[in-house]
Amino acid sequence: MKRHVFSLFMLAAALTGSVGCSTDNTTQQNATEEELYTQTLTISDPDYYTRFKGEDISINVYNWGEYISTGTDEGTLDVNSEFEKLTGIKVNYTNYATNEELYAKLKGGGTTYDIIIPSDYMISKMITEDMIQKLDFNNIPNFSYIMDNFRNMAYDPANEYSVPYTWGTVGIIYDETMIDMDEEDIDWDILWDETYADQILMFDNPRDAFAIAEIILGYSLNTENPDELIAAADKLKEQKKIVQGYVMDEIFDKMAAGDALIAPYYAGDALAIMEDNDSLNFVVPQSGTNLFVDAMCIPTGAKQKEAAEMYINFMCEPDIAYDNIDYICYSTPHQAAFDMLDEEVQNNPVSYPDDELIAERTTVFVNLSDEANKLMQNLWTEMKSAEDETVNKWLMPIFLLLCMVTVVFVLIKRHIKRKKDIF
Amino acid sequence: MQKLKVLSLPYLVWMFIFILVPIIMVAFFAFTNNEGALTMENISDVGQYANIFIRSIWLAIIATAICLVLSYPLAYILSRIDKHKQSTMLMIVMLPMWMNFLLRTYAWMTLLGNNGIINNLLELIGIGPLKLINTSGAVVLGMVYNYLPFMILPLYSVMEKIDKSVIEAANDLGCNSFKVLFKVIVPLSLPGIVSGITMVFVPAISTFIISRMLGGGSNLLIGDLIEMQFLGNAYNPHLGAAISLVLMAIILVIMTVMNQFSPDDQVLI
Repeated sequence: MKRHVFSLFMLAAALTGSVGCSTDNTTQQNATEEELYTQTLTISDPDYYTRFKGEDISINVYNWGEYISTGTDEGTLDVNSEFEKLTGIKVNYTNYATNEELYAKLKGGGTTYDIIIPSDYMISKMITEDMIQKLDFNNIPNFSYIMDNFRNMAYDPANEYSVPYTWGTVGIIYDETMIDMDEEDIDWDILWDETYADQILMFDNPRDAFAIAEIILGYSLNTENPDELIAAADKLKEQKKIVQGYVMDEIFDKMAAGDALIAPYYAGDALAIMEDNDSLNFVVPQSGTNLFVDAMCIPTGAKQKEAAEMYINFMCEPDIAYDNIDYICYSTPHQAAFDMLDEEVQNNPVSYPDDELIAERTTVFVNLSDEANKLMQNLWTEMKSAEDETVNKWLMPIFLLLCMVTVVFVLIKRHIKRKKDIF
Repeated sequence: MQKLKVLSLPYLVWMFIFILVPIIMVAFFAFTNNEGALTMENISDVGQYANIFIRSIWLAIIATAICLVLSYPLAYILSRIDKHKQSTMLMIVMLPMWMNFLLRTYAWMTLLGNNGIINNLLELIGIGPLKLINTSGAVVLGMVYNYLPFMILPLYSVMEKIDKSVIEAANDLGCNSFKVLFKVIVPLSLPGIVSGITMVFVPAISTFIISRMLGGGSNLLIGDLIEMQFLGNAYNPHLGAAISLVLMAIILVIMTVMNQFSPDDQVLI
C-alpha cells in the first residue's frame, strides 16, 4: 500500500532487473524485441471510448507511486499513453505516498483531481466528509468484472463511490534461515518475542500498528472503545524496548539487506523483496489480519467526471487490469485479470489466500470517529516519546511568554546601552 | 539612496509574500481551531510534547558543539595556508554538499546497519555487532555530518580576515601561543563562531528526515512531530502551527542570547 518512496535508492535492485514481480525474470528478459511491439490491446467496446475525441480535454490522475503499468517491463503496456491514444483525453499523472498526504492535498485545495485511489478507511472518511462523489455506473460497464466479494465492502456499503483497484493482506515477513519455526506456528506474538530483541521492525503508522496489537488482544480492528485502545497502546509500549525501529518503506531495504529478522508488511511488497532475498518468507498469520483495498474514486469538484469514469472503465479492461496487476504485484479484485494470471500466481497463498481465511479472519478498516482517531494518535505519540507524565497545560503558554519577554528585555537593554555609548 | 530603495523592491515584495505572510498564517492557525474561533488550546496542547522539545534541543546542542570543536582548528589551519591551496581545501570541504542530502543520510543508514560495513569490520576484529543505528547517537552523527560545512565556512571567512601581523604583534609583545589563541584569535573570530552556531543549530533542531532515517522512528524530534501534524495520520494543522510557533520562539531566544557574545555592530537580529 505504501510503496517505494525511497524507490530512488532501490536503483541497485532495479539494475539487477528484479523489481517486477512475475515469477520468472529470466524468461522475461529473454523475450525478444518483437514481442514487445506485438503486444496489442483488445477493448470491449471501442465506440464507447471515442466520445471525447478532438475535444481537447484532460484529466488529473493522482495515484500511489509505482502503482500503474508503465510499459517498462517487456510485453506490458504503458496504460496512460494507451488511454490517451484511444480516447484523445490527456492524462496528467501525479503520485502520493500516503493516504494522509492525499487527504491533506485535497483538504488544502488549490488543485483539483479527477481520479484518486485511496485505501478503504480513507474512502469511508472521505464519504462522510463529502470529499468524493457518487459514480454513474452506467458509464463503467466493466464494473461487471469485479469479483462479488469485493463489491459492497464495509467502507462503501452500497458501492456507490468506488471501484476496487487492488487489494492485499498484511502479514509477517521473516528470515527463515534464522527463525526455526514452522510456517503455521508463526503468529503476531513473534513480534513481541524477546529472543529476537533488536531484530524486529514495526509499522510507523498508528492505524497499522494498533491493528496488530488489537488482533493479539482479540479486539476488533475497528474498535473505538477507549479502554481497548488504551490496552492496545500498552501492548505496543511493552514491545517498544525490543523494536529495532519504527519504519514504513524502509522495511523493504532493511529486510532485503538482512538488517532485521522480522517485520510486518504488505503482501504485494513482500513478494517483491522475497525475489531479492531468498532466505525471506512471508506468512499471513492464522489469528487474523487486516485486508486492505485500494479503490478508484472521483473527488467532489472534479472537472471531468465523465472522462474520469471512462478512465476507471479503462482501468477495468481485462488487458489493462492484467498488465497493472502484473506490474504492481498486489492482488486483483478483477475476475478476468485473475483468470489471465499464471496458475502459480493464482495458487500463491500470499497473494490469494483461500476464501475461507479471507471471510473468517480478515477485517477491512473503516474510518474511526474523530474522537477515536485523536485518542489513537495521542496514545501513539505518547508511546513513541516514552515518557507519559501528565504536564501542566499552562507550561507551554507560559514558556512562550517567557521567551518573548526575554527577547524584548535583551533588545531594550541593548538599546539603552547603545544610547549611553553615544554620550 | 532613493535608487537603492528602488533596487531593493523586488526582494521586499518577495519577503512580504513568502516570509511575512506565511508567518502570519502560521500564527493565525496556531491560535484558531477548526471552526476558526480564537483559542489557546493548541498552544496548551504543545505542553504534552515537552520531552520531545527537550530531546531536540539537547541533541541539537550536542551536534553544534561537536561541529564547533571539529571545525575551529580546521578553519584556522585553512586560513593560514597558501592562498591557492586554500581554494582546493575549501572545495574538499564543500564536496559532500554537492551530493543530495537524502542520499548522504541514506548512505549512513547502510553503513551503520546491523549488517552494515562498520559492524562487519567490528566483527572481524572481535568486537561483536554493536547497536549503532536507531540510536540518538546516530541522529547526532547525521546532524554533524550534514551540517559541518555550515560551521566551517563562516569560521573560515572570519579567520581569513585576521591579519597575520596582528598575531605577530601579540607574539612580539610576549604572548605565548595559548594567550594568542584566547586573547587574539578567539575574540576576533567571535562573529564567525556566532553565525556558525546559528547555521548549524537552527537546521539541526528542526530536522525530521535525519531522525526518521537514522533514529528509527523511536527518537522523535520536533520536526517529526510537525510533519506528523501536516502529512501524517494526526492531520491537525492547527497543532502543527502551534508547535512551529513555539519552535520559532525557542530559536529566537537562543539567537538573542547568542548575539550578546558578538560585537555590537555585527548583530544578526
